[in-house]
Amino acid sequence: MKRLGPTSVPLIGLVALLLMNAALSPGFLAVTVRDGHLSGSIVDVFLRAVPVLLLSIGMTLVIATGGVDLSVGAVMAIAGAVAAGILVHPAGTPFANISGTPTMLAVLGIPIAVAATAGAFNGLLVAAGIQPIVATLALMVAGRGVAQLLTNGQIVTFTDERMSALGNGFWLGLPIPIWIAAACALAVFVLVRKSALGLFISATGASERASYLVGIPNKGIKVFAYLVCGLLAGVAGLIACSDIKGADSHNAGLYLELDAILATCLGGTSMTGGRFNLAGTIVGAILMQTLTTIILTRGVSLEATLITKAVLVIGVCLFQSPVFRAKLTREKSA
Amino acid sequence: MLEITNLSKSFPGVRALDDVNLSLKEGEIRALMGENGAGKSTLIKVLTGAYPRSGGQIRFDGELINPTSPADAQRLGISTVYQELNLAPNLSVAENICLGDEDRRYGMIDWKAARQRSISALDRLGIEVGPNKLLGSLSTAQQQFVAIARALDRQARVLILDEPTSSLDADEIKALFSILKRLKDEGLAILFVTHFLGQVYELCDSITVLRNGSNAGDFSVSECPPDQLVSAMLGRELTAEMSHASVAQSSDEVVLQADKLGRRHMVGQLSFELRRGEVLGLSGLLGSGRTETLRLTYGAETADTGRLTVSGKPVERQTPRKMMQAGLGICPEDRKTEGILPGLSVRENLILALQSNRGWYRPLSLRKQNDIVNEMIAKLGIKTPDGNKPIDQLSGGNQQKVILARWLISNPQILLLDEPTRGIDIGSKEEVKSLIARLASEGTSFLLTSSEIEEILEVCSRTLVLRDREMVAELQGGELNEAKIMEIIAGGKA
Repeated sequence: MKRLGPTSVPLIGLVALLLMNAALSPGFLAVTVRDGHLSGSIVDVFLRAVPVLLLSIGMTLVIATGGVDLSVGAVMAIAGAVAAGILVHPAGTPFANISGTPTMLAVLGIPIAVAATAGAFNGLLVAAGIQPIVATLALMVAGRGVAQLLTNGQIVTFTDERMSALGNGFWLGLPIPIWIAAACALAVFVLVRKSALGLFISATGASERASYLVGIPNKGIKVFAYLVCGLLAGVAGLIACSDIKGADSHNAGLYLELDAILATCLGGTSMTGGRFNLAGTIVGAILMQTLTTIILTRGVSLEATLITKAVLVIGVCLFQSPVFRAKLTREKSA
Repeated sequence: MLEITNLSKSFPGVRALDDVNLSLKEGEIRALMGENGAGKSTLIKVLTGAYPRSGGQIRFDGELINPTSPADAQRLGISTVYQELNLAPNLSVAENICLGDEDRRYGMIDWKAARQRSISALDRLGIEVGPNKLLGSLSTAQQQFVAIARALDRQARVLILDEPTSSLDADEIKALFSILKRLKDEGLAILFVTHFLGQVYELCDSITVLRNGSNAGDFSVSECPPDQLVSAMLGRELTAEMSHASVAQSSDEVVLQADKLGRRHMVGQLSFELRRGEVLGLSGLLGSGRTETLRLTYGAETADTGRLTVSGKPVERQTPRKMMQAGLGICPEDRKTEGILPGLSVRENLILALQSNRGWYRPLSLRKQNDIVNEMIAKLGIKTPDGNKPIDQLSGGNQQKVILARWLISNPQILLLDEPTRGIDIGSKEEVKSLIARLASEGTSFLLTSSEIEEILEVCSRTLVLRDREMVAELQGGELNEAKIMEIIAGGKA
């Protein structure tokens, strides 16, 4: 038997889920053209997977360095709050002094820069020797507070069409968020795989002491990973905020850090750091969204979704464990 | 007392033990020897029930036994002291000795009895360690003694020691051996796994050699000269080619100069010069400052006094990265935690230093990587199907070769080798040594530590001797011999 590649387990899971659902509800896989763009359940799955997908790409890099970033959900909320603040500049918020219509560059660029800074801040704390789970827990808690301060505790809504197009528009027949996610995934992939950054990230995660001795700048690598993670969380925050045409500091990105960690695990990246698998992570994120969508469309309650997710995660992780696979094949061969 | 007949163990695809026979009499110390992968560890694990056996019989006092776990074997009277001591460093000595078999009083653990038991077990070994001391605060040797005391406390009649001396210094080994001899006189049967030939002749009565999972020889120590033992282990005669080339003459060009290099609580002020193409040894006991000297030189620890000059250029505030860029490389002593990157492939491990030197923005193409890796695998005889195998699945010797290769491809001027042959089998040892000699003759300089004086004599043209974290002598030419080094280490005048 040919050995299964690292991405194949979640991929097989995803295909199986899609086929199963196609059998149960005909038309699930059907894609129709409506108003000049593609539409259908499958497009919807991809669209809804975008925020988690963006988070989990960054999370994969961070986990590969041997860390974890719990603050991405809060960073999403901050990015959304900053964007809405600049756009609407409501009275009583730090943005009240802005006048006139801000450029799109400011509305998108500043929140992303803020998110990247937040990520770099995490990275600096971790590089200084604070345990990742503690360092990022601080921003997970404080970040949501910052976002609420920025919006004065209100949900800031906007009507700007340029901004809402980000989450709701279409380009070449596909929703814009899907294009953004694809572009980000491609950019990160090229950045880490066509340079030696990916190797250095894995080396840092596999053994910090050994990689220090061969001159790898572990601290810089960590700051880089957390920075990218924060930056992508910022992009996800903008999309989430554009989607609902408002910044909801209480709920934007809530618990999504956990989904991102799950997607990374599902994709076959070990939580202990070292090797990572970006393609697997992407499949993992889509797999989780597929499951959620399927359960919702079949009319099962949200509570059941969570339990099913957990069962799926345990199942896939078991299948990726070399020990478990060895047991399976041994029993088969016996 | 213990009789193993036709013992076999198969793993999927591998026959790890094939009809192995071994016997152990009362009051006998038997050495179990063999290269890495010969089946020593597997034999111990099957014998103690950690692995189920695939075939064969184990008789203990004439009765067939069938231990199902190490704890079960321990109840039968077969105790094992593992190389990585399986004790709890954050518990006290007494707790460690009694763990899993505590006396109870009114349903509570009777700590008074536990302490008594520990004291009597430790007394039997003739060592003084306070039973209330935290295990982690003891030296490795003392921890080992505690592990043996624990075995005695369980009424062990067969004691298995898995490479007990690999992290002990000469004095500690002496202490361990006198304890083992005492236990032997009390009638214990001891199975002693080791890589060191000298220790076998010093301590053991008989030798069982394994090779590729089968018996390769069963000798009485008095009737087996070392060369016969080595050829049984290797399955071939030691050829001239395997012993290294004679120590080459080095040039006068100084490539590395340390001037009063030191760090408080670590090592005193060291001054030495390393010449081009020279193999400079660092000799001394464990803890004498050998390893520390290498680490300071490489910047793995920051020196707080002194200066370091590489090829005439001073290097300020040394870090591994700076030293690497100045043309140095290091093979650390602790290969598992500081050498290899577990989980990453042989290829990734091998090209890491070169890639790190080039920087992240100038990646080596995969094709180039594969070319380099395949070349090194062939050149150094690294046993792996290809470069994509995770490095942790290689044997110790092959891992060491990968780490050597890691530096060789980045063309360092100076290589710092900390115990380059520790824990690797004899065949690989010879290969590593001849590789060092070859590279030195091509102009690479080496700074090398070894706890085996023999090895220093064989490879080095000059040696610095350290004692109690100070450099006490520099030996070369006719002075460089075993007696002289021993004398200086032991505290004689330089």
